[in-house]
Amino acid sequence: MESKQKVLIVDDDEDLLEQLTQILEGAGYEVRTAASQAEGEEMLLSIRPDLAVFDLMMEEMDSGFMLSHYLKKLYSDVPVILLTAVTSSTGLSFQESSTEARSWVKVDEVLDKPVRAEQIKSVVARLLSEVKGAPDG
Amino acid sequence: MNEHLHLLIVDDEPGMLAGAVRALKDYRVQTLDESEEVRFEIATAENGEVALRKIAGECPDIILLDYKLPGVNGLEVLQKVTEQYPDVLTIMITAYATLETAVLATKQGAYDFVAKPFTPAELKNVVQKAARHILLARRARQLAEERRRIRFEFISILAHELKSPLNAVEGYLRGMRDHVAGEELAAYDKSIARSLLRVNGMRKLIYDLLDLTRIESGEKKRNLTRVSVTDIAKEALANLSEDALGRDIEMELESTANVEMQADRGELEIIMNNLVSNAVKYNTDGGRVGVRVLAGEETVIIEVDDTGIGLTEEEAARLFNDFVRIKNEKTRGILGSGLGLAIVRKLASLYGGEVSVESTPDEGSKFTVVLTRYPRSEAASMGS
Repeated sequence: MESKQKVLIVDDDEDLLEQLTQILEGAGYEVRTAASQAEGEEMLLSIRPDLAVFDLMMEEMDSGFMLSHYLKKLYSDVPVILLTAVTSSTGLSFQESSTEARSWVKVDEVLDKPVRAEQIKSVVARLLSEVKGAPDG
Repeated sequence: MNEHLHLLIVDDEPGMLAGAVRALKDYRVQTLDESEEVRFEIATAENGEVALRKIAGECPDIILLDYKLPGVNGLEVLQKVTEQYPDVLTIMITAYATLETAVLATKQGAYDFVAKPFTPAELKNVVQKAARHILLARRARQLAEERRRIRFEFISILAHELKSPLNAVEGYLRGMRDHVAGEELAAYDKSIARSLLRVNGMRKLIYDLLDLTRIESGEKKRNLTRVSVTDIAKEALANLSEDALGRDIEMELESTANVEMQADRGELEIIMNNLVSNAVKYNTDGGRVGVRVLAGEETVIIEVDDTGIGLTEEEAARLFNDFVRIKNEKTRGILGSGLGLAIVRKLASLYGGEVSVESTPDEGSKFTVVLTRYPRSEAASMGS
């Protein structure tokens, strides 16, 4: 029996945290949560998730980036999904389609809030399969 | 600040032009409150055609316009200016001190007139009046813009605050619809509890908003009677006793003497309820809330203290503004509209009073409201 894959979700919106937990637990993952950048950083010292979902704006405007940077330094191959409300609140489009932009922001996927269940499940599954499929290194 | 107003002087007599320029080129006008000073950048024109060309090139703020000009006469220039540049103030120079000319010019849109022959002092006077008019109008426009901006900001934040609980509830409903947590109903208990909480929060926001609108519009009929602040405090404590009990928070009215004042009962209830409910909400479990109502000769002082999470100085400084909610580890999961204390502040100001806070992080806060005990009726009925 293969043990469940671990997903870490960090978001300061208690409701979104609960909803994402339901969705991803329902999809068969083990979910750990933290409600701030600081809490997330602390948690990363004790667990190594298989994938992480970070909200962009928490204590700081760029908490999600900071967390992602922090995580990639510890575990460079753990994929990160960044959640933003940037588009819906400012009308700015925030897409990092090019490889260049992706390497700069150091996240693997950016999803706009509100996030649909099917969307997050499929992105999580895809990113995890990409990691698995890659040769060990 | 040294600002310039553009002044165009139009006259066909070269001596008169030179004299006016001399009188005004170093002239400065201050606003009545002396907060601003302006100087004049002067252009001249010797006839109507030149004047119109110069106006089209760079629109002046003030035109000193001779009534009698060769070719296009003064009244024709005035007519064009009032049609095309309604913000420009035109001062007619009338050759004869006849009332008819002045009346005619004023009817056609001239701001003022000065009769020839005039002294430099007379000229300065009439220019000063026009300059002050322009500065006042500008200031009024700036204030109106500032108000519009604040209004827009308020509405943007409000829209966000209303959208957020809707998104949360929608998210839970979608989860339940899709059975994301399986088939057991109990798996959705938290979804339901959180949804209800967010709906309640939204309702509170709407009530607070209505309170705020009533206060700010000044439309609500205020009913000033003799009311017992002590009784209102007792009622507020009773209203919140269930919440307090649930978290083992002790509440006490620490002053027993009956304090009365001249006030609108509903307004005092809002002040008291908002303060006491905050003291419970931001308290720690097993904490304590103390309420005191104290009477001075001309004031009534309401003090509400708690043993809660407290505030830093920076947090305390912005606490009383619209939609300010202190966001940190300790306030996570506590819902609020962000309007409660803004409402308290605005209500207190109706009583010539104010709210202040003293606080130590992790130890607690003390809110103090000072109200005028017998507000004068005109001040009290003003509503803003």
